[in-house]
Amino acid sequence: MLSNIGNSLIILCILLSFFLLFSSFECLKKEVKQIPYKIFYYSLFQSTFSIVCFFILITGFIISDFSLINVFQNSHTAKPLFYKISGTWGNHEGSLLLWINILVIFSYLFLTSNKNSNIKYRIYTLISQNILIIGFFLFLLVNSNPFALIVPTPKEGLGLNPILQDPALAIHPPLLYIGFVGSSIFFSAAIGSLLSNYTGQSFAKSIKPWVIISWVFQTLGITVGSIWAYYELGWGGFWFWDPVENASLMPWFVMTALMHSVIVLEKRNTLYSWVIILCLLTFILSVTGTFLVRSGILNSVHTFANDPSRGLYILIFLSLMIFSSLTIFFNRQKEKESYNFSSNSKETFLLLNNWFMAFYLATVLIGTVYPIFTETLSDIKISVGPPFYNMVIIPIIAPFLLLMALAPKAKWIKNKFKSSTKVILTFLAAIFINILITYYFKSYSVLTNLIIISSIFLIIYSLLDLFNSFKKNNYDLSRIISHLGFGLLVFFIGINHTFTVEKDFNLKKGEVKNFENFNINFKSLKIEEEKNYKAVIGEFSITNKKDSSNQMLYPEIRIYKQPETLTYESSIKSKFSHDLYLTMSNINQSEFYNIKFQKKPFMLWIWMSAILISLGGFIRIFRNEN
Amino acid sequence: MKIKIFTSFIIPAIILSLFFFGLKNTNNYNTLNLVGNKIDNIELNGLENNKKILIGNLLSNNYTLINFWASWCLPCRAEHKFLLSLKKDEDLKILGINFKDKKINSINFLEELGDPYHFLAEDKSGKVSVKLGIYGVPESILVDKNFIIIKKFIGPISNSDYNDIIKIINN
Repeated sequence: MLSNIGNSLIILCILLSFFLLFSSFECLKKEVKQIPYKIFYYSLFQSTFSIVCFFILITGFIISDFSLINVFQNSHTAKPLFYKISGTWGNHEGSLLLWINILVIFSYLFLTSNKNSNIKYRIYTLISQNILIIGFFLFLLVNSNPFALIVPTPKEGLGLNPILQDPALAIHPPLLYIGFVGSSIFFSAAIGSLLSNYTGQSFAKSIKPWVIISWVFQTLGITVGSIWAYYELGWGGFWFWDPVENASLMPWFVMTALMHSVIVLEKRNTLYSWVIILCLLTFILSVTGTFLVRSGILNSVHTFANDPSRGLYILIFLSLMIFSSLTIFFNRQKEKESYNFSSNSKETFLLLNNWFMAFYLATVLIGTVYPIFTETLSDIKISVGPPFYNMVIIPIIAPFLLLMALAPKAKWIKNKFKSSTKVILTFLAAIFINILITYYFKSYSVLTNLIIISSIFLIIYSLLDLFNSFKKNNYDLSRIISHLGFGLLVFFIGINHTFTVEKDFNLKKGEVKNFENFNINFKSLKIEEEKNYKAVIGEFSITNKKDSSNQMLYPEIRIYKQPETLTYESSIKSKFSHDLYLTMSNINQSEFYNIKFQKKPFMLWIWMSAILISLGGFIRIFRNEN
Repeated sequence: MKIKIFTSFIIPAIILSLFFFGLKNTNNYNTLNLVGNKIDNIELNGLENNKKILIGNLLSNNYTLINFWASWCLPCRAEHKFLLSLKKDEDLKILGINFKDKKINSINFLEELGDPYHFLAEDKSGKVSVKLGIYGVPESILVDKNFIIIKKFIGPISNSDYNDIIKIINN
């Protein structure tokens, strides 16, 4: 029943896409003065149907309709309702439907919200977006149908991987997808702009809000994913330079670059070609990321059940996208743009941001793709890990932070730095604070000092900016908040990275471990039955002799029923200044447990800073600043 | 300009073709390389009477096929007829391990389709199967008297698998 409705809606949506393409070409031929109403209706119906289609799948999960293979494979009657619903997008097919929903909704919103733009530009954008929509719908229907049936209907489902049963992970994919897939609209708009010759400032104005919306959600999505990794994976880290994390980071770099250069296009009417390249590249990298994750070419926590045919389809689609957009780009590119920037001007500084982003992108791209290449070409398995990224990226962050502090105040066309005393004073203050920090933690490393000094520099500078602009009542709050957030993020990551206390040891019930200032007491073990799992819970008392504080931690080993899986739940006590982190795992079914204890300073602050970065973007969406 | 266009096309082309060839090396977890290894002498729970049986006591025959199945597993129905035919071969004994199943459902399943097994054990938690190198149903492993894995069948037993088994036991 649900299967029939779902499939019919998918086919209806595809038909509507073809109607849209047909009417759009008709409009172009007739050179109409106004977009006909039927196009709006087609697009509105398409969004409605695809949303309904998604809700039908959710319904399948809620009522546990195991006649759908997708529900059978990813759900179970004993699962709490919340995770039944989030299970809808916790698998390949369902998440693809979510992906398409965003394509369709953004298509409609872009069409209706750009009333003042050129008609040809809007129509070409619509055409390009609908080609993408058809491509993904066909992929869904033919290769990854979430409404595929299973006969006879099983009585019970296989259950959702327990590691995915987490609130952070329930919201992580939708947030990330709005960012990832949202970028499709400025991909299409770039194609539309090339084909209709709608260039320059008006083009920049029409895509800017979409770039910011996508960027905000992508930033949030990456943050939430990182929070999930920290609380759920139980390794005590929050960023692992895992290929899939990298896949989400690469479009983010390009989007950040785009967000900055689109301002140059808007204000100075130059860099048009560069903006177009960035628009195209963002979505191309998003689809590349999807390919890496879904094809099984990489192994990671994100790989869904692998299926090379799936990979092949995405790869063909990706190739078509890349080569057709390149062809359009080179065919339509006008005479070479000349860039006559003064080396000391706001536009140069904004371009510098792009250079940094290009550098980060290249680093992460090489680190992610290189192992695939060596394995394909020579069968040698290598892995590129955190040391590579830390070595290459960290030193380059320092000058980047300084620029983030100084550049926004620069003037367009020709800039003059008025006083260097403010810069020098801020710099001295940063060095002084750094010395205090080093003294307090009694640990030293050149690289960390470099990072901490430059991030404090940015923080102080942003705060001064904030203060000054409140006085003048003329401020670009969003920029200041995002830059401040980035400064804080780097600062807290730097501190956290360098000053984490970590200890690994074995204990049995009743034993006590003493090291440095800590006293860790393994008090008891108990077993509890929950709705969908059984938990072995340890009780640990942690005493810090330095400030004689006492803290109880309860790490768990969970045995999930459907599917039968062991997960290790870390026990984390988050405080204002630091997190205490403890995981336990049993050693060979003996009475001994392996304990991993960490004291990690300023974890909460890292999340807050990342949220602050995207908050800046949010403010920009709702405030019209100049 | 021409060079620029050329490189703009050639670089993605190289990357994409490497992706294409990379697709062929799938990194799926594979237990086929367990062939030649010795299986552990694990204690099993009998399905019908809950008696404990040591897997070693069942392997007195020259060849034993250990088949992992479940009543909820659809491909298991597909391979069932081959198991029934294999039962007729006197040199082969078949041990069925019922994987993560309800007792009543599994008994109904055998009543409906026939019982191809000489011995029947259950693995409610799935842990025994994991110890034997299984990650899904149906899977079957052919072992000899010395507990050595001779062949492994991931997925339902097909016609050609059936012929392979017959060939191995008749040699």
